[in-house]
Amino acid sequence: MTVFRPYSESDALRSDRSAGDRQRHREKLRRSLRENIADIIAEESIIGRTRDRIIKVPIRGVREYRFVYGDNEGGVGTGKGDTRPGQIVGQSGRRGQAGPGKAGNAPGEDYYETEISLDELVEIMFEDLELPEMERKFLREVASERIAKRKGYRRQGVRVHLDRKRTARSRIRRKVATGVATTSALRPATPAEGEERFPFHKRDLIYRRLKPDIREESNAVVVCIMDTSGSMDRLKKYLARSFFFLLYQFVRTRYDNVQVVFVAHHTQAREVTEEEFFHKCESGGTLISSGYRKALEIIHGRYHPELWNIYAFHCSDGDNFESDNAEAMRAAAELCELCNLFGYGEIKPMGSHYYESSMLERFRELDADNFQAVLIERREDVWPAFRSLMSREKTPADER
Amino acid sequence: MKDWSLRDLEYWDERIREKVAEFGLDCFPQEFEICDQEAMLGYMAYHGMPAHYPHWSYGKAFEQIKTMYDYGVQGLPYEMVINSDPCLAYLMRDNSLCLQVLTIAHVYGHNDFFKNNFTFRTATDPRQTLAAFKARADRVRRYIEDPSIGAEAVERFLDAAHALAFNRRRNIAIRKPSEEEQRAAAIERATPRPDPFAHLHASEPPEEPELRRVPLEPEEDILLFIRDHNRHLADWQRDLLTIVDEEARYFIPQMETKIMNEGWASFWHHRIMHALELPEALHLEFLVRHNQVICPQPGGLNPYHIGFVVWRDIERRFGGEDSAEAREKLFAVREADRDVSFLRRFLTRELMQELDLFTWRPRGDHLVVTKVSDEESWQEVKAALLRQVGTGTLPVIRILDADHHGRRALYLRHEHDGRDLEMTHAEKTLGYLRELWGQDVFLETRLRDKRALLSVTESGFDAKLIG
Repeated sequence: MTVFRPYSESDALRSDRSAGDRQRHREKLRRSLRENIADIIAEESIIGRTRDRIIKVPIRGVREYRFVYGDNEGGVGTGKGDTRPGQIVGQSGRRGQAGPGKAGNAPGEDYYETEISLDELVEIMFEDLELPEMERKFLREVASERIAKRKGYRRQGVRVHLDRKRTARSRIRRKVATGVATTSALRPATPAEGEERFPFHKRDLIYRRLKPDIREESNAVVVCIMDTSGSMDRLKKYLARSFFFLLYQFVRTRYDNVQVVFVAHHTQAREVTEEEFFHKCESGGTLISSGYRKALEIIHGRYHPELWNIYAFHCSDGDNFESDNAEAMRAAAELCELCNLFGYGEIKPMGSHYYESSMLERFRELDADNFQAVLIERREDVWPAFRSLMSREKTPADER
Repeated sequence: MKDWSLRDLEYWDERIREKVAEFGLDCFPQEFEICDQEAMLGYMAYHGMPAHYPHWSYGKAFEQIKTMYDYGVQGLPYEMVINSDPCLAYLMRDNSLCLQVLTIAHVYGHNDFFKNNFTFRTATDPRQTLAAFKARADRVRRYIEDPSIGAEAVERFLDAAHALAFNRRRNIAIRKPSEEEQRAAAIERATPRPDPFAHLHASEPPEEPELRRVPLEPEEDILLFIRDHNRHLADWQRDLLTIVDEEARYFIPQMETKIMNEGWASFWHHRIMHALELPEALHLEFLVRHNQVICPQPGGLNPYHIGFVVWRDIERRFGGEDSAEAREKLFAVREADRDVSFLRRFLTRELMQELDLFTWRPRGDHLVVTKVSDEESWQEVKAALLRQVGTGTLPVIRILDADHHGRRALYLRHEHDGRDLEMTHAEKTLGYLRELWGQDVFLETRLRDKRALLSVTESGFDAKLIG
């Protein structure tokens, strides 16, 4: 006799036994993503995209390996009846991808390409990074965020917080207690003829208690300064933008209360919108000091260093007019005084630092703990450079 | 959505079993469990087992299967049968009545196959299947919970063991000679034959049999060999190797008979469903579903499709539908063959033409058809096909020496048959092998027609041609 075991809801509810293994798999997936992030960042396609875009990311770490055949010998397949030699039946996949003709009974032939949204990717990337030296500002609670949260009830309060349902209930409760209760007690309608009125009493009134939820967070402003002069060719601009893109995404992911200011400069500097900053090109000579002066102007005007944590980052190829160097150094020193961190990324693709002048060496003379300079030569450098800026060791210096 | 009750299922099961008996199928007692989609995906990820040890790869399998279903890949049946006695199968709660009836009929086909095919009979003990999986799961969980071992160590070791799980003997019906027998055979080989002309010529001095070599004969059971010969392994590690090997052993018959088995079940569900005289609505739905299951996969090989076509052809050639001769032939074949022999014996040229089988090769960015099943080259296509069914998809790799260079290095040889190993996989897998063995590992193979030696040593992976 055949046994039929009927569906049992309770079994189904408690038998999510793959949960643990799925979780572990996802952990591995995330880790693998993080390990490969430098390569992913180097892929042109993600820079400057909107955040809800889905991107495909090749995953290496979570593949399972065993001895398998390569595809040098090809395979066998069934056709539609008219297959001729020489016909093309598919694309050579990337390595490890199963050809169309592999019999489907080999275990675990897997290729891996996962789809995630840029948002998710950004989140994974920045999981263990933080804007450095944030916590040092003593005014950190001044600009904390306020959201009122409901927390219980109380007898006193302002009218707008009156909880009408509870108030009505407590009146009924009182009515029942006084012994006047009949079935009509539950009916909120106008009192019937001859029935005694039973008004609300002050004791019935119940108010919602609202408690402000103070989240401690710092105010921060990030000033992105980019060189858009003529010497910044396409690749250099691309690298600079990649760097700022990361910075921008990171700041947006990490802190609710961060303002970002974009400054583009060649011989003159101006404040631009995010859109312009990432997509527009300009030309002309380079006066680095102009960018710094603009940044200083903005900081003085809007972001008082007593109240704001200020981060300034500058990307340039360092090909500055010789005459401007002294001024640039002065401005940089001023910025260092105002900022929690002033970062300089010099973009020198493919050995161009042999013939172009560089600010990197010059800036090294800058005597400030909160100054950080990195060199970006290739696409692959963008992520490590970014990381090194962000995970800069916290030194107990410059306590004011 | 649900258009059936348990009573409907019992009714149709009753009718189906009448047909099963009438056609002469020989089945284990059958049990069905009705489950929802989530549970079904769970069973599929864990090879259908109600109890199985945890490992992240099953979480990955779950996600992959779920993705496939979510994207609605057609023709994937919601069906799962376990080779056990009594035979256990799962039915999806959300399936229509027609699909339930079809699945039940299909399951009886598998059931009969499990009970009678020689690969299953020799490799597995169906009465112990579920209990054995449960016991193994319990053992692994114990190691995970043991504070001196822990989840991480177990996972790491399982990662390595899984990589080599199927590098074991495939034909379980052939008994493996014991060490004594191998020794005796070596001595036997070295013993000179009695030479009736010994007095006429000087006989060659007998060769010393090499009895100190480990292993005596090339060894295919890599995990078991490591278990028995790596003295530095802890008991729990040895046990994990046993566990992984036992599971692989359980799955080998399934791999060896994928086409036959699915074809057989499809053949019988088709026959049974026709014999049931279904109401018209059910019958029409059945035809649609059946065609989904056995539809060809252009450019690939659908085992349901190929198996079904070959079984039908055998029946036609050996006496036609419902003839006693054909029936006898079918039953004999389902008992004594596996995919390779099945296709070698019964995949005729006409059938290959009907299936339009062809071989392809990568050329540049494309996969290009090289041979089709015409007069000239059908035999080549067939030979290529036979090499990649069953366990033919897995490279044969044997241990030749466990004391290579006198430094306990492991020396293995890939029995090359024209197909090169995939290098990324080879590199990683050798890395795992070195982890398990604890010493350097060398693998001899061929790359682009040249002998090559792959190795993982202290300085990492290396591949070089050795002429």
